[in-house]
Amino acid sequence: MKAHLTKRYWFSASHRLHSDAMSESENQRTYGKCNNPYGHGHNYALEVTVGGPVDQATGMICNLSELDRFVEQNVLASFDHENLNVLPRFREVVPTTENLCMEIYDILKNGFAAAEVEKVRLQETTQNSFEYAGGAEIMR
Amino acid sequence: MDPRCGFVVDLKDLKEVLNREVLDALDHRFLNKEVPEFFHAIPTTENLAIAIWNRLQSKLKAAELHRVRVYETTDLFVDFYGEE
Repeated sequence: MKAHLTKRYWFSASHRLHSDAMSESENQRTYGKCNNPYGHGHNYALEVTVGGPVDQATGMICNLSELDRFVEQNVLASFDHENLNVLPRFREVVPTTENLCMEIYDILKNGFAAAEVEKVRLQETTQNSFEYAGGAEIMR
Repeated sequence: MDPRCGFVVDLKDLKEVLNREVLDALDHRFLNKEVPEFFHAIPTTENLAIAIWNRLQSKLKAAELHRVRVYETTDLFVDFYGEE
């Protein structure tokens, strides 16, 4: 009996969308006000979906406190109240929410072993969100 | 979809089954003691989603059951799609 559990976490971070591969005018044309020099912030809602058989003994897919601990130590501790642009991961990768979503998926997929990480959904505002469930190469 | 009415399912029918099979049995109940599924299984939200699926699956004739989602809190929910 496979089931899917989704837990939502919250963190706040700032970013500036700017690519060194593009000229100033091209950056402004591409990113608009998101290219403003000093960046801007978001209260991100992160939804992590894990799946697997429901353990007969515990009635659970995995121990939720293990998932909470992993996300807190490996995701929230890295990104909450940070300027994404100065983090090593985003020195050469534009910290769009697409790239952040894939990065978080990668961290969870490679590090969390108690259940299968199926999907990450990252909501940037109430009007937009991004989902990643693997299946494509993440640019390094 | 029924081309005459444009519905997948008449919501009145769904509501009737949902009320009878799920809400009447679970609402304001102590799951461990009052709901047969949990006399022996632990009433986690995973097992609750499966129990609700099983209750609906056998009684819902008007449409195919696609998914059951049970919210435990606004930030935590379980989805069950039957046998996958």
